[in-house]
Amino acid sequence: MMLDRVDDARKRIQDAVAALARPVNIMEVCGTHTVAIFRSGIRSALPSSVKLLSGPGCPVCVTDPGYIDRVMDLAARDDCLVATYGDMIRVPGKNGSLETMNRSNVHVVLSSDDAVHLAREHPKKTVVFVAVGFETTTPATAVAVMTAEKMNLNNFCILSAHKLVVPAMQALLSDPNNKIDAFLCPGHVSVIIGSEAYRPVVEQFRRPCVVAGFEPIQVLEGIAEICRQLADELPQVTSLYNAVVTPRGNTRAWKLIETYFEPYDGPWRGLGCIPRGSLRLKPCYERFDALVRFGIEEIPGQEPEGCLCGRVLCGLIDPPQCGFFGSVCTPDTPVGPCMVSSEGACSAWYKYGRRGTIHGK
Amino acid sequence: MCLAVPARIIELTEDRGVADAMGNRWPVRTTLLPDVRIGDIVLIHAGFAIATVDEEEARKTWDLFAEIADFQERQIPLAKEEESA
Ligand code: SF4
Repeated sequence: MMLDRVDDARKRIQDAVAALARPVNIMEVCGTHTVAIFRSGIRSALPSSVKLLSGPGCPVCVTDPGYIDRVMDLAARDDCLVATYGDMIRVPGKNGSLETMNRSNVHVVLSSDDAVHLAREHPKKTVVFVAVGFETTTPATAVAVMTAEKMNLNNFCILSAHKLVVPAMQALLSDPNNKIDAFLCPGHVSVIIGSEAYRPVVEQFRRPCVVAGFEPIQVLEGIAEICRQLADELPQVTSLYNAVVTPRGNTRAWKLIETYFEPYDGPWRGLGCIPRGSLRLKPCYERFDALVRFGIEEIPGQEPEGCLCGRVLCGLIDPPQCGFFGSVCTPDTPVGPCMVSSEGACSAWYKYGRRGTIHGK
Repeated sequence: MCLAVPARIIELTEDRGVADAMGNRWPVRTTLLPDVRIGDIVLIHAGFAIATVDEEEARKTWDLFAEIADFQERQIPLAKEEESA
């Protein structure tokens, strides 16, 4: 039954590709898809004219280098405790990473709730929550701020690097040099924002937006659906992940985001400042904003010298085209975040690339 | 990082509870899904339930995770050997 589905999807891809008679570039905007695609060897099951690009789908990878430096500066202060998801501690800034800093005031948390608890347990310190992530993660930060507000905690704040997926997709397509024909849309971000959130991308840029889950067969079927839409010249919003994705998403979660945050033109690694692509706390919650509290300016940082993560994230190059890939830069000695994060494109290429793809160097 | 794991709610008081997936247990908050009850299966991301899922969908994901864990244990060391070779 599963093999039938695989054969059927592959056949649909071949038929569409034959009708198209041109190369097709599909970008996935989800780090978990990147890993699923490599691990399952989907790339090698595709015709050579269908190319998959790993886009800005890993929140760790798209975080501006200046943000890491600001977190490190805060971690160096004796009056602060820094609470961060584990993904962030190995990302290098200009003076090493939180891990190499080896400070006892850096705490790895599994949930924003843990950061609030930390603040309650340490009333003499200010807890700074390293608030990174897309729409899947932002509601958790909103609840943390809400909880701190209810508890009247005045020693809890967040340093927001929260980002919105749809503005990034629009920014990529607005670049006249982009090679993107369609998007494979992220499963769990879509749980929150709903599949209808991609409608502006389809209407404005006429690119198919297909939401898929993480089972390899569903990813393959997503690619088949995209190829069919391209061949028919009928771009649409389609969700194959109906087990958890609804057209309007989790409206309560989205409402919480809107209550506490507002969009602004914040910096992304490799993509610059994207119009309304980042989220910051609204002015009425500025007492929870680490930037305001510590009088910090949000200055975009420099990528590590020689690291091409920015170009990887835009789908302009594949990781092996970076001179550091696999030599200077490996998962044990990462130079850029795309090699640090297990969902980063460089890390996925390093672990699975040779086996999982025919689009090698 | 945006990965969410399905797990069954086994304890719940207001919006705080405990969820179980394949024998692993985590604290969970259900603030984003106010109608959730004990026994429901939810997708959990960074300690928060973000959507309910049915048993069949959850089972598929649990099977996939078991496979990935197994695959990673076997494949990552292999990739490294290849690199140093
Ligand atoms: S291989 Fe390393 S240095 Fe090159 S782009 Fe990737 S993370 Fe950056």
